[in-house]
Amino acid sequence: MSMTMTQKILASHAGLDKVEAGQLILVNLDRVLGNDITSPVAIKEFNKIGVDKVYDKEKVTMVMDHFAPNKDIKAAEQCKMCREFCNDKEVTHFYDVGRMGIEHALLPEKGLIVSGDVVIGADSHTCTYGALGAFSTGVGSTDMACGMATGKAWFKVPSAIKFVLKGKLNKYVSGKDVILHIIGKIGVDGALYKSMEFVGEGVSSLTIYDRLTICNMAIEAGAKNGIFEVDEETIAYIKERSDREIVSYKADEDAVYDEVYEIDLSAIKSTVAFPHLPENTKTFDEIGDIKIDQVVIGSCTNGQYKDIEEAAMILKDRKIAKNVRAIIIPATQDIYLKAIENGLVKIFIDAGCVVSTPTCGPCLGGYMGILAAGERAVATTNRNFVGRMGHVTSEVYLASPAVAAASAIAGKIADPAKI
Amino acid sequence: MKFTGKVIKYGDNVDTDVIIPARYLNTSDHKELASHCMEDLDKDFTKRVEVGDIMVAGDNFGCGSSREHAPIAIKASGISLVIANTFARIFYRNSINIGLAILECPEAVANINDGDKVEADLDNGIIYNLTTGKEFKTQPFPEFIQKIITNGGLIESIKKGELN
Repeated sequence: MSMTMTQKILASHAGLDKVEAGQLILVNLDRVLGNDITSPVAIKEFNKIGVDKVYDKEKVTMVMDHFAPNKDIKAAEQCKMCREFCNDKEVTHFYDVGRMGIEHALLPEKGLIVSGDVVIGADSHTCTYGALGAFSTGVGSTDMACGMATGKAWFKVPSAIKFVLKGKLNKYVSGKDVILHIIGKIGVDGALYKSMEFVGEGVSSLTIYDRLTICNMAIEAGAKNGIFEVDEETIAYIKERSDREIVSYKADEDAVYDEVYEIDLSAIKSTVAFPHLPENTKTFDEIGDIKIDQVVIGSCTNGQYKDIEEAAMILKDRKIAKNVRAIIIPATQDIYLKAIENGLVKIFIDAGCVVSTPTCGPCLGGYMGILAAGERAVATTNRNFVGRMGHVTSEVYLASPAVAAASAIAGKIADPAKI
Repeated sequence: MKFTGKVIKYGDNVDTDVIIPARYLNTSDHKELASHCMEDLDKDFTKRVEVGDIMVAGDNFGCGSSREHAPIAIKASGISLVIANTFARIFYRNSINIGLAILECPEAVANINDGDKVEADLDNGIIYNLTTGKEFKTQPFPEFIQKIITNGGLIESIKKGELN
């Protein structure tokens, strides 16, 4: 039987020539990731297993990004527990404040992900690395613990949905609009338990950063993973950061897909997901006057340099609306530094925004931008569930960096093409 | 494994942010997590839940974050079993890995109301609504997963060397 891209990667890591959808397999892991929220639970579980070493000091990775720099004493204790564990087990890739970034921006940037890898992370947005042609998926803390101890994880081989991309995106439209458009079409469980595989001539017109954003939100459609076919751009991105061998897989021509969608990139418009599900998408012809209180530009979804730059170009020589707070969060130290060097931070501060050190903080209602009762935010983050960013009656509207920047200026949800 | 309990029922897309809001993720203490379980969806949950109760919900239960704190909070609050139309995939594996019993059965969900008394037989995939007298059949777990559950979770399976 023929296989999808995902199935080929899984087969190769399970030591099998072939796998098929529904089969339960045990796979070898190239990387096991956790953050300051999920790792403490994993460490407690790891300690119950009774092994004294992690399976590979180079492959276990921990990033202190969710409630770090520590938001309170309990958060500080959680980071301390991770720090001590990584010191004790001599974990190479432990990223603490000052060296850390938001995990899913940091790992690709540091060259820790190569196409063909199998990666698990105790964070649902681990699916981001499919943009580089890897199989990567979110798991819980117990899976992380077992992964750290054995270097293995069990999986049910997923079936897949194929997205054939064609055409090119228009100005002000980016990867965020593509994935919101797709989730709006298939729903928050439209790809439940499945792979989302992105192929077609349109792929090469998307930057790696657009692809990272698209795969990042595959989980928001319920998917196990999102994955792009590897092209020259992928290879160039990885080669700049890693010496490891690049293994790229293409689906068999006769691979079976549950569904096939053709997506014309040139037809996609700026898209906003309304509360309280990422599938509640609207385009500007359906969006009226919606006043906002806050804008957040950052997160594992849209905190890359390209995202920050896109927002800066719109905010340049402008001021944000009087009643809006705008919080800009470059996802890694390198991105932050580049934003300073290239004058973007000055643009933001001149416009009336704040610029924060990397953290997941506001995205999940942790800190650094919590919403009060009834407040509304436009955010480039990934979830708009009830209470996600603060009070249970607050509202989050998900959008691209361009829409978020335009909205900050207008004081209401605004189309960047009309600012 | 068999369970009998009173039903607490919710709708579709119950996400992990309402099961346990992120503002409480600065701890991994099971009791503390349980004390905030379902808070943003149902303020009265912690008052009305009793040990052994069965949670019933619609599509895509547990969608969103990978936080294992979500099934931990549900289990520690006393819920013995969650029955849903479908589960989000990370919640599904987290539940198995920590030993929270779950079953997918849309027919049962459609025919069980909040407050009903329900009996479930996990090994055979049988759900019996004691209040209405209706019985439903669903697919039991594959053997591989049953073994993890019987062992008491993934950690115990590893300790037995069954995953090497």
